[in-house]
Amino acid sequence: MTRRIASFLVPLAVALGITALLLIVAGAPPLEALGLIGEGAFGDTTRIADTLTAWIPLGMAAAGLVVTFRAGLWNIGVEGQIIAGAIAASAVSRSAPGGPAIVIPLLLLAGVLGGALWGWLAGILRVKGRVNEIFGGIGLGFVAQSFATYLVIGPWKRAGVASTSGTEPFREETWLPTIGDTRLSWVGLTLLVIALVGVGFMLGRTRFGLRLRAVGSNPASARLLGVPANATLYWAFLWGGGLAGLAGGLLVAGLQHKLVPAIAGGRGFLAVLVVLLARNRVAFVAPIALFFAAISVGSSQLQLRLDLDSSLGAVIQGVLVLAAVLYAGWQARRVLVKRLAASAEATV
Amino acid sequence: MTFRKWSASLVGLLLVLVACGGTAGTTTTAEVASTTPTTAGEEPLTTTAAPDTSTTATGTGEGLTFGMILVGPQDDHGWSQAHYEAGLYMEEQLGAEMIVLDKVNGADRPDTTVEQVVDDMVSQGAQLIFATSDDMRDGILAGAANHPDVPMIWSSGDSAWAEGEAYEPDLTNLGNIMGEMEFGKMMAGCAAALTTQTGSIGFVGPLINDETRRLANAAYLGARYCYENYRGEDPNALQFAVNWIGFWFNIPGVTLDPTNVTNEFIDGGADVLISGIDTTEALVRTGQRAEAGESVWAIPYDFRDACDQAPDACLGVPFFNWGPSYVEVGQSVIDGTFTPDFQWLGPDWADINNSETSMIGFTQGPALSAEAATSLDEFTAGLADGSINLWTGPLNYQDGSPFLADGEEATPKQIWYTGQLLEGMEGASSAE
Repeated sequence: MTRRIASFLVPLAVALGITALLLIVAGAPPLEALGLIGEGAFGDTTRIADTLTAWIPLGMAAAGLVVTFRAGLWNIGVEGQIIAGAIAASAVSRSAPGGPAIVIPLLLLAGVLGGALWGWLAGILRVKGRVNEIFGGIGLGFVAQSFATYLVIGPWKRAGVASTSGTEPFREETWLPTIGDTRLSWVGLTLLVIALVGVGFMLGRTRFGLRLRAVGSNPASARLLGVPANATLYWAFLWGGGLAGLAGGLLVAGLQHKLVPAIAGGRGFLAVLVVLLARNRVAFVAPIALFFAAISVGSSQLQLRLDLDSSLGAVIQGVLVLAAVLYAGWQARRVLVKRLAASAEATV
Repeated sequence: MTFRKWSASLVGLLLVLVACGGTAGTTTTAEVASTTPTTAGEEPLTTTAAPDTSTTATGTGEGLTFGMILVGPQDDHGWSQAHYEAGLYMEEQLGAEMIVLDKVNGADRPDTTVEQVVDDMVSQGAQLIFATSDDMRDGILAGAANHPDVPMIWSSGDSAWAEGEAYEPDLTNLGNIMGEMEFGKMMAGCAAALTTQTGSIGFVGPLINDETRRLANAAYLGARYCYENYRGEDPNALQFAVNWIGFWFNIPGVTLDPTNVTNEFIDGGADVLISGIDTTEALVRTGQRAEAGESVWAIPYDFRDACDQAPDACLGVPFFNWGPSYVEVGQSVIDGTFTPDFQWLGPDWADINNSETSMIGFTQGPALSAEAATSLDEFTAGLADGSINLWTGPLNYQDGSPFLADGEEATPKQIWYTGQLLEGMEGASSAE
């Protein structure tokens, strides 16, 4: 357990150290800058709510990724699955009649289905076409991105306008209900908690979770042992895509209230980094995703207060992941060297 | 495959993807570098865009604090930099203090909405907020409604225009400021027509809306007039094509790449490019091709010193000078006399490049010939004294339907809400 916590804390310290150096080079007081990011993310109720709002889609997509990663699938297509979910949710928001109690569940369900469809397509490419899911996912991501752009600038354009800046906002009945004066929705928050707990339970306590792990660690022997490998892969893609699609639906209904081409905004790729950093543990996904969301929301303070470029926030995130992966590699090498040394001793 | 082995190779790929995916990471390296005087791969900045000492202190309690929300980078040599410099001018003139956030758009900052930025700026003490893009409409309408006591300006918008089509009478704290850039674009079109050797002009347009149709049409009218009256050519033989990239600036994977659009225009025979987007790719690319020996020229947009990006290919730049009008609004907030007006401000015809008085100016570029400059001055004088009014019929829309009858002069509303490109122009009037 201490090793596991160290695998999280050491890279964090290294990343913060590098960031502090960068800040000093940029001529900024590092402690004040980091403090401002924290204040920008958690300084008052509004900011906490905004940080949680950013946490919801990121955490949701990351939860779905844990499922696919567990099955040994590098589902990089998650960005496209978020977009596909957002498109499906937008289609419902535009056309479905009725009050919030009807239309919101419908559009979120559409988001799940849209994302699951996109995940399933990556699954077909992988299973039938033998296309590695990394390439399939990236390709499908481009398709989803282009389709969203086409819809925004074409059939779903604002009257008299052709701009990629987004559709007309959808009617207010399709907006997620918020908590008090904030922009945070209890619907999204509840769904995220359910998703995280659900994925954790499914992976740890169910037969499906066991199959995922079997297929993930050794597909050939899993098949020999009678695990339906292809079906398991499809289900993993459906889960991963479905949760990513739900993230897309939540972005439409809870944040943008319209479809914009950049609806996913790189959250899919960020989610992959979150899951890598969490070493594929759902229990770590929640706090790490929150941490990333906090940096993302809080870093605009660097420019607002210190006149620094707030892209430094993204630098912190990148450095953090690099540090984590390097640390993990170094750890593994140390263990290996020890083992080699031990076996050398034994043979002497 | 082990988790670890894959992770290492994936991270490399991912960091690239995150960067390409249009998150705040997009400009990481360049922007970190911009705190030093030069940005990687670009000309040194000629302006004071790098962070300086004037805005670092906050909450001193002296004077006016105002917020400036920019859609693109504050050093874009275009639309956003023109606003940023107006903010610096306000600081200087009013002893005010600016809080600025740039790159506020869904691609660069997915987790930041205009509404949130408004909240942030108000909580930091902003007593006046400028939302400086057409793209910020939904956000600033919501932000103004959330803080009815804080005066705000939505630049280029029409929400405060009582006769307009999108009037928001309930938002009594939200005004609009825009410049009569039609005049600047007419000069741009004129300079292009005076210079072209192939008789073919390319207009690199942003997205399609009332504003951009209005400005593309103005450029075309200016080009036609000068082609006919100063060069004695048949205006109907002048080719004028518009290609829209889809947004105010390049977003990889979402918009067309303006550099490619520029190349396509030149490859297709156009030798003068007029830019309608926020950034300077059209000029930069044209400058490269001119350097390689081609006879091509460009006219950038928005920012007084934009020609500096490629002076030898630059015929001139129509620019916005937001400073004076912003100072006036700032003063009205200090005096407690702010009113949510719709202001559509023209040039100071006595001296259109007077930085203290004129909203719209035109810097002539080094590539403009002396002869062309003389004709352009004559044209400008005609616009100034009213002897030339190009919004006069007969003018038809692109589909042949009448826009203005013979002798009819367009009203401000007809000019602002232009439904189509004009007859004779190539390019889309709306989405296909």
